[in-house]
Amino acid sequence: MTDPAKNPLFRFPGLKPAAWFFFLFLYAPIVVLLALAFNDNQQATIWTGFSTRWFGIVLNNDDLVRAFKNSITVATTATLAATLIATLAALGMNRARFPGQDGINALISLPLIVPEIVTAVATLLFFIMLGFPLGLSTVILAHTVFCIPFAYLPIRARLEGMDPRLEEAAQDLYADRRRTFLRVVLPQLWPGIISGAMLAFIISLDDFVITYFVAGAGATTLPIYIFGMIRIGISPEVNAVSALMLAVSILFVAASWLVGRIRR
Amino acid sequence: MARQTGESGRRALLIAPSVLVIGFFMLVPVFIMAAISFMERGSGGGVNWNSFTTEPYLQFLFERDLDDSLLLNTDYLQIFFRSIWLAVLTTLLTLAVGLPTALYMALQPERRRNLLIFLVTIPFWTNLLVRNYAWILLLRNNGLIDQVLIGLGLRSEPMGVLYSTFSIAVGLTYTFMPFMVLPVYASLEKMDWRLVEAAYDLGANRWRALRRVVLPLAMPGIAAGCILVFIPCLGAFVTPELLGGGKSLMIGNLIQSQFGAARNWPFGAALSMALLVSVLLAMMLYLWRYRRAPGGA
Repeated sequence: MTDPAKNPLFRFPGLKPAAWFFFLFLYAPIVVLLALAFNDNQQATIWTGFSTRWFGIVLNNDDLVRAFKNSITVATTATLAATLIATLAALGMNRARFPGQDGINALISLPLIVPEIVTAVATLLFFIMLGFPLGLSTVILAHTVFCIPFAYLPIRARLEGMDPRLEEAAQDLYADRRRTFLRVVLPQLWPGIISGAMLAFIISLDDFVITYFVAGAGATTLPIYIFGMIRIGISPEVNAVSALMLAVSILFVAASWLVGRIRR
Repeated sequence: MARQTGESGRRALLIAPSVLVIGFFMLVPVFIMAAISFMERGSGGGVNWNSFTTEPYLQFLFERDLDDSLLLNTDYLQIFFRSIWLAVLTTLLTLAVGLPTALYMALQPERRRNLLIFLVTIPFWTNLLVRNYAWILLLRNNGLIDQVLIGLGLRSEPMGVLYSTFSIAVGLTYTFMPFMVLPVYASLEKMDWRLVEAAYDLGANRWRALRRVVLPLAMPGIAAGCILVFIPCLGAFVTPELLGGGKSLMIGNLIQSQFGAARNWPFGAALSMALLVSVLLAMMLYLWRYRRAPGGA
């Protein structure tokens, strides 16, 4: 078969301009934001010269640093809990056919289907009804719940792609269940677990809507703090924080790319 | 037999934590919310737990006059329709740009394809607030788009488009673009291009081959993309809040205001139920048409 990329029959007019438009549309705002983060001027959108001073100002803002620490605490705890729960579920669901399986699958993917704002409202009302004080613990609980499906999907996909004969071979060679799991299943499963955990971590770190509803007064995370800043108005500080968050995202995508390469 | 019971018991233990956690912290809260949507508003702003009323749902369409008679009030209905209209518009716009882009990507050599996917995923992983903030910088009065247009002499004054339904549509399209491109690309990437060659052999021209062969084969990806864009769009909160500036509301903002300034939890719960039911209907329509089992990996 000829390579479709080289075959002139598959050159459709108009595709290239559309793709150019798409990538321009996708990247223009990001490039503008990054450039303005290095702007010296007090006015956020009037360029007067290159400067990194806003980064210094932002990194010395105690409230912002505290919000960042909260975000890291929440994302780390929720990721560990969600990834553990998701790994167990993926192992339990693997290669099984049992009644109610579709229902369990639907339940695990429920946080992906229900709109965030509905989850936020329902969770808030639930905590209020239980008399649970709002704070970091309620944020962590809520994050754990919606991170489970994000961690679950890559782990499940990895398990589905594994060769069952390797496990059978290990058992033929007198490995018991525990040994088979530790020496055969787990080493193959790691890349799936890591990409699931990374996905959960970034989703938790970025979450705004659910956190906004279930965070108490002391539980300000980075997105909540940034939202407050944007509400007041555009400023060089917001440009700088945004650029930093953008850098973190790019590093994360690059890292997940590397994990993806190990997979193959 | 004993081995089999051990096996299913082991499976049950593995699956139990996820079912319990999501069941208790997600499914139970949704049922509580459904119950609260049928309760009276408490005097202090909370909920009167021992009441039953359909008032929150009536409030969606009517308001009570001084003499307790119901008057039609279309304010909320307008917000609901604006949300649906914006979600449909965003889906169509992302499809119009996303379909040709995905086809372009699928027709690139493999190395470049991987690079392009990488480029599509970066904004996808970037914080939602940051992405919307970038558009405030571009769209606001004397923002960058104004500066460029005025600098080029195309306009003499700012456009004043920030804080309008237009800027929400731009923000939503920007936010959800990758959600359309990625699934459509995934369905086109696996495509057997010999089928298109066969269409040419049978006398089809480019347009016909595209419409009768490529498009039907891309349909599962297009449908998945539409659902991935439409559902979160309908419940959007951040984009209308930041780019609509409180003037042009969507359901998400209306729900939030019931838990903030308005302090009317039952009405907020009823609005959330309306949103949830709309989303589940869209989801069921999709599953009924494109997949047999729900949630299968």
